Amino acid sequence: MAEPLIRAEALEKRFQTGGGLLKKPRAMLAVRGVSLSVERGEVAGVVGESGCGKSTLARLILRLIEPTSGRIHFDGQDLTALSNTDLRRQRRRMAMVFQDPYSSLDPRFTVAEVLAEPFRVQREAPPAGRIAALLDQVGLSAKMADSFPHQLSGGQRQRVGIARALAQAPDFIVLDEPTASLDVSIQAQIIALLSELRQRLGLTYLFISHDLGLVRYFCDRVVVMYLGAVVEVLPRADAAPRHPYTRTLMDSTFAPDPRQRKVLRALEGEIPSAFDLPKGCAFAVRCPRASDACRAARPVLEGGEHPVACFHPF
Amino acid sequence: MSLARSLSSVVRALRSPKGGISGAWLVLVVLGAIFAGVLTPFDYDVQDLPGAFVAPSATHWLGTDEFGRDLLTRILYGARTSLSVSSIAIGLSVFTGMVLGAAAGYLGGAFDRAVTIFVDLTWSFPEILVALILVAIIGPGITGTMAAIGVAYLAQFTRLTRAQIMAIRSETYIEAARSVGASGSFILFRHLLPNALAPVLVAAMLATGDAIILEATLGFFGLGAQPPTPSWGAMMSSGSALLFKAPWIIIFPGLAVAVTVIAVNLFGDALIHALDIKTRLREV
Repeated sequence: MAEPLIRAEALEKRFQTGGGLLKKPRAMLAVRGVSLSVERGEVAGVVGESGCGKSTLARLILRLIEPTSGRIHFDGQDLTALSNTDLRRQRRRMAMVFQDPYSSLDPRFTVAEVLAEPFRVQREAPPAGRIAALLDQVGLSAKMADSFPHQLSGGQRQRVGIARALAQAPDFIVLDEPTASLDVSIQAQIIALLSELRQRLGLTYLFISHDLGLVRYFCDRVVVMYLGAVVEVLPRADAAPRHPYTRTLMDSTFAPDPRQRKVLRALEGEIPSAFDLPKGCAFAVRCPRASDACRAARPVLEGGEHPVACFHPF
Repeated sequence: MSLARSLSSVVRALRSPKGGISGAWLVLVVLGAIFAGVLTPFDYDVQDLPGAFVAPSATHWLGTDEFGRDLLTRILYGARTSLSVSSIAIGLSVFTGMVLGAAAGYLGGAFDRAVTIFVDLTWSFPEILVALILVAIIGPGITGTMAAIGVAYLAQFTRLTRAQIMAIRSETYIEAARSVGASGSFILFRHLLPNALAPVLVAAMLATGDAIILEATLGFFGLGAQPPTPSWGAMMSSGSALLFKAPWIIIFPGLAVAVTVIAVNLFGDALIHALDIKTRLREV
């Protein structure tokens, strides 16, 4: 099998918070030993509830923040070993679309200036007609080039954000909850645009979301995270979940058909603090299938095609 | 591009009634200061003792002082001192404050703490006290006054710039710039400083009004420009002893200070509205 486009190995990120003159700083592991790969042309999804480290993971993969340990290989090249100049050159090939289209555009920049920035950063001018072509690609009129962000709607802003990501014709785009701040009707348009662009331009996506329903619709493979670690990798979007956490997550999505209405089983217990993780499985306190073994030791991610980190998988 | 935008916001400020009237007065004062030598037939420093204490008349529009010098002439020349001292002092203060504040806000860490402690120390005294201490160290005169005013307002601009930079740093568009490979200096000069600039400029405008008062105060205490160089504060000081004999000696320089400071504040106010990027585009 060919080398995947993205291969992350044992990524860890430790954050320190607090700490003053007298207080000791507290450390938390936002991402704990995450390994994952993204094949060329696929859409890999990462799901998990807020605070599970999925956005941190996205930033680690693009090396927007430095990992505490671990490596990221992009097309066979170790990003963690690159100098700043080489990394900047490499950034042409990868891009990111952000969650909040309101704060992701500089209010002083016109749309054309936003789209020219990726070129400016590489110390070049955007090729003639490139700005208009980019706008056209994301379904915006070329007339919008001179608008300021506050003149655009949320959906239009997000399209500008997508156009910025496409500016240098990248191979790989990280989508960090690109629809989470939009109205439902706009969400569908943005998702449709993203899948059209993927087919047309042969892009590879890493799609971060907390919406498992959306992820299962959009992604080829789904990585489920819980408290900084991967608990399961669904090899196909429609694969039956094996981890109790994934099962619960899936049960919490609503079916559009009222006849499929189900009784929600709310999870008992609190999410453990990321500052003070339990010795055993991080999900054990909330898990209906937990045993003493779960509380004593931490399960590792294993199992070939459909790996899961659980002692009692489905 | 950015220069054209700042110019157009000044033009927009001038179009509002408030900005128009105050702007007109400021232009008048500046022109009067520049062309003082051409505008009046009198000298600001030639004494004419028999012609002292002349009340406002057709020859001496605002009267003469205790040495027989034409008051209008001295106010025009005094505008040179007041405006140049206060605007140069504020200019230096804004520049230094932006450099310090941007560096502190951007670099953080030990440098930030050192700058913050130093700046908060000067912030904890009233400006006039800081200025008096500095004039006491440097010595009276125009240079001393400029340095004193500059340092007195340094804390304000440093803190404002630092706070702006720190707030803007956490905006997603900064991360977006980093995601396409922007370097630290690129982000600082293309995103952080331009977005921090507008509030700092408005604060500078408003502080210039305060600086004119501070300059006049130092002049009143005899610590500003030294005689015979006229300054509004020093003129009021000499007039205060003659308040009942020749009230115009204190009234007219006082009016010049008051009206100019009000104009500066009103213009700053108009600029606040004009710099708001949203109103800017509604009008276009």
